[in-house]
Amino acid sequence: MIETQTTLKTHMEVKNLNFYYGSHQALKNINMPIYDRKVTALIGPSGCGKTTLLRCLNRMHDLYPNNRYEGEILLDGESIFNMDVIDLRSRVGMVFQKPTPFPMSIFDNVAFGLKLKGIKGTELKDRVEKALKDAALWDEVKDRLKDSAFSLSGGQQQRLCIARAIAVEPEVLLFDEPTSALDPISTAKIEELIVELKKRITIVIVTHNMQQAARISDYTGFMYLGELIEFNPTEKIFTKPDKKLTEDYVTGRFG
Amino acid sequence: MENVAEEQKSLREIKTRGEFLERFLKLSLGFWALFAGFLFPILAGLILLYEARLAIEKFGFIHFLTHTNWDPVQEDFGAATMVFGTVISTILSMLIAAPVAIGIAIFITELSPKWFKPIVSTAVELLAAIPSIIYGLWGFFILVPVMATKVEPWLQDKLGDVPLIGKLFQGTPTGVDVLTTSLVLSIMIIPFMASVVRDAFNMVPPIMKESAYGLGATKWEVIRHVVIPYTASGIAGGLILSAGRALGETMAVTFLAGNNPQIPTSLLDSFTTITVALANQFTEADTDIYLSALYYVGLLLYLVSFAMLGIAKFMVLRLEKRWKV
Repeated sequence: MIETQTTLKTHMEVKNLNFYYGSHQALKNINMPIYDRKVTALIGPSGCGKTTLLRCLNRMHDLYPNNRYEGEILLDGESIFNMDVIDLRSRVGMVFQKPTPFPMSIFDNVAFGLKLKGIKGTELKDRVEKALKDAALWDEVKDRLKDSAFSLSGGQQQRLCIARAIAVEPEVLLFDEPTSALDPISTAKIEELIVELKKRITIVIVTHNMQQAARISDYTGFMYLGELIEFNPTEKIFTKPDKKLTEDYVTGRFG
Repeated sequence: MENVAEEQKSLREIKTRGEFLERFLKLSLGFWALFAGFLFPILAGLILLYEARLAIEKFGFIHFLTHTNWDPVQEDFGAATMVFGTVISTILSMLIAAPVAIGIAIFITELSPKWFKPIVSTAVELLAAIPSIIYGLWGFFILVPVMATKVEPWLQDKLGDVPLIGKLFQGTPTGVDVLTTSLVLSIMIIPFMASVVRDAFNMVPPIMKESAYGLGATKWEVIRHVVIPYTASGIAGGLILSAGRALGETMAVTFLAGNNPQIPTSLLDSFTTITVALANQFTEADTDIYLSALYYVGLLLYLVSFAMLGIAKFMVLRLEKRWKV
């Protein structure tokens, strides 16, 4: 534990963040580091703001009017609010709670982000193949890359979305309850994949499932009513948390 | 005891009444659905077929469809000019209307500020509420002179000498022609198309768009690569509905087509359509064969509409099959 702590690098940092949907304050003074190439889990009861916080990290809230941020989020020390939002989102990717394949072929789905960056020809092919391999989907789809992405099963679709997200080689990948719509076997595959991906990518995952957070994350933030109650190594959160509220939640006394 | 028995009886009565009502509703609504959706179109087709029997016997199908002469005096009738006019003005108006309607839908759903959306939506829908004779009058008295004196000479000047395309701009610009007709038709069908396409766009799940934005796509890239392909079948549906309207439109076209039974070779030629011929000539039809020929033309419109809508519907189904397994 002490050994890893010394080599920890902060990749993103949330500082005094408040977030408002119109006049409703959804996040209250959040402070949290996101460590480089670690899995950070956000847990808490429904409506606690964990997804809202996740969506701040790639400024997804910008898409809708009347949303307002206060405070600071840093990526490699630079404020994400000063960055070009298109650049930011290709550095901080996202996978959603339901598989969202685009209405095109399997190949074109993975190639989507790459094509936007102007990658073509053999490089495009190679990188699609690599992304599909990294997402542990290649063997299942290599003979049907031209088929519609909708022909895949739910679990395969979600891995396709992960392949699509990692194809553009983001530094950070945000997962918003990625397994909530999947069966246990598909869920296990995605979890394995996340553990594998953290070798090169910083991961933040929102999950409803505490066991999932315990299984795959290195750090866990517990949120409640828009506040970050506790942020600690996952082991500590689940064994001897600092706060009574965290303990009550992880032992299932409320939530 | 008696009370209980009576209560049960009345309960049973209520129940049977409910069942009766349900069965009655099912039967009567079912009948109307069957009538409106199935029997009526078939009945209409049969009546047309019956009334057209003389002309069918005399001119056959292929001959009637391809023969360009329409001569009530010699009683020699061919519908090629009208069928061609109907099809060409429909296709041209669709070509003009589709990009505009899709553009309007994109603006309303993706680009417009929130407070402006209902204003544009309502304005576009109001266009659909204008009676078609008003479009005809406006087209004839306002648009035709402008087309004849400004737009068409300009087009002729700029495009008349271009090979291939130039052929489409020959002739005297009178304003009463294929181009003006298609333009007015397109204005008439834009509201339909735009509102159907808008509804389709609104059905794209936000999460779908967010996924594309999450990959660093710009607004335009999301519209181009996600929203439009995702709604392709909805867009096609909008086009079908509007094609149906353009095919059957009568009043405006009667004003603008020039009622000239010839195959137009240029956009600046006057022409005629099935609906124009029917509207103009029913009162003049003084012989049985003339009247029958007109019914035959009506039958053709009926068939052309069915064929076009059928093909379009088939395309939608194929699209849906391709993407929504």
